[in-house]
Amino acid sequence: MSKQYETVIGLEVHVELATKTKIFCSCSTEFGGAPNTHTCPVCTGMPGSLPVLNKQVVEYAIAVGLATNCTITQNCKFDRKNYFYPDNPQNYQISQLYLPICRNGSVEIETEAGKKSIGIHEIHMEEDAGKLIHDDWDDCSLVDFNRSGVPLIEIVSEPDMRSAEEVIAYLDKLRLIIQYLGASDCKLNEGSMRADVNLSVREVGATEFGTRTEMKNLNSFKAIARAIEAERERQIDLIESGEQVIQETRRWDDTKEYSYAMRSKEDAQDYRYFPDPDLVPVVISDAWLEDIRSRQPELRDEKMERYAKEYGIPEYDISIITNSKHLADIFEETVAICNNPKKVSNWLMVETMRLLKEHDMDPEDIRFSPANLAKLIHLTETKAINSSVAKEVFEQIFAENIDPEQYVEEKGLKTVNDEGALRSTIEKIVEANPQSVEDYRNGKKKAIGFLVGQTMKEMKGKADPGMINQILTEILEQ
Amino acid sequence: MANIISDETIEYVGILAKLELSPEEKEQAKKDMGSMLDYIDKLNELDTSNVEPMSHVFPVQNVFREDVVVNGDDRENILKNAPEQKDGSFQVPKTVE
Ligand SMILES: [Zn+2]
Ligand SMILES: [Zn+2]
Repeated sequence: MSKQYETVIGLEVHVELATKTKIFCSCSTEFGGAPNTHTCPVCTGMPGSLPVLNKQVVEYAIAVGLATNCTITQNCKFDRKNYFYPDNPQNYQISQLYLPICRNGSVEIETEAGKKSIGIHEIHMEEDAGKLIHDDWDDCSLVDFNRSGVPLIEIVSEPDMRSAEEVIAYLDKLRLIIQYLGASDCKLNEGSMRADVNLSVREVGATEFGTRTEMKNLNSFKAIARAIEAERERQIDLIESGEQVIQETRRWDDTKEYSYAMRSKEDAQDYRYFPDPDLVPVVISDAWLEDIRSRQPELRDEKMERYAKEYGIPEYDISIITNSKHLADIFEETVAICNNPKKVSNWLMVETMRLLKEHDMDPEDIRFSPANLAKLIHLTETKAINSSVAKEVFEQIFAENIDPEQYVEEKGLKTVNDEGALRSTIEKIVEANPQSVEDYRNGKKKAIGFLVGQTMKEMKGKADPGMINQILTEILEQ
Repeated sequence: MANIISDETIEYVGILAKLELSPEEKEQAKKDMGSMLDYIDKLNELDTSNVEPMSHVFPVQNVFREDVVVNGDDRENILKNAPEQKDGSFQVPKTVE
């Protein structure tokens, strides 16, 4: 009987904060600028330049700390982490080692196995590095410092996770908390949330931890799950064949489903941290802390409770809608306009979800305005358009955020409410389809469906099916 | 001198600092570092058990900036500091992880 192993996982999660400017200078953090157009002497590490801390970074870090049940370090400071690499122009990263801003927190996750608390060892503030692009033509590397100095928080968990499922539940919990706080958009695939996985294995029942490795370059939940499985297997194979697991950093290649040891950023992982003399201590008063606490927005758990009470929509719908802060915002704003939570929820749950899936998009990517969705709901509620036209119009709202009232007017999609015109069309259809009429009168009531369809076709879809049904029944029952 | 710095230590510190030292410079650096550590040992003789650790020499705290973009595109000037440049970027020897 082979030995049973337990996987022990801790996470280091870097989150890019949603500030307008960098952590220590007034350069823009906007994504996608031409190389080095968002740089200054501070974020390119020029001698003599002086960093000045962005207050918003401290406030976001505290907000995340409070929402994850951390103790806030009211007397904190910055340290220099020294290493040489071309993406790091100062030859040190400004980070926090000795007095990180948040400590000893926890979040509760839920998996198939039930609820579990995951400890947060600390959260610290630091700066991002620049980007290296390799130029094969000239066999050199090009450095773009636009990302250099973008504010990050690093959330370090305790080694409390035991499976990929728990890791994903934990990351999702962090994502929701931080998105709800508005502190970051937390997109794994775009790098605004990055997870490094520390993993070791040990025999079930062992009390000592095994030697751990750190896995980098995980940019989707799927990659994380695959990397965890592969690294667990790799370590068990080493142990079973009598070899040693080496403590090292490995890089995951998701296309090859394989990881390899990274050459470390310098010859030794000796960062020689020391307090940054350019930055004065950050003292967080009780009053400041209280102020931030009082401004904390409604988080997901509270929102779910309120939705159930206030809107009376199904629990499943609530969990889907609140799974994205952006979607929840659209929901609430639309309901505020049209006061019809059931219909709004329905449009979000059915058509919106279908289109998101079809276009391989996230709820975060939704660009239509609540006002236009509310107008569409009004058009259907007043029976100005029928449901199939409404779906067609919604696709336009989803794609281009068109004004549905204007669109329906321009395209002539309004339901023909002229009963006389509808009745004469139906009379024509009845006359042209004697077989169906006979079937109906002989008790095959289903035959009416065909006649409704023919009428709708003749009306080019612009009729109220309820009204067709009513007039048809009337004529057929004569 | 109480603290004797070994050849291995000075070699290692040289690697970390990306410094190439001549044999004479190494000897000098060993002596300097030894006397610095002696000085620290001297400081360590003081009883500081009731003293708050000092994190900064100035009695100043909470120097902040508001989160407002002030800097515009100054690439041309910034790149003047680059030993070599290409395509609006700093050009460096090929670096691959
Ligand atoms: Zn800057
Ligand atoms: Zn970090």
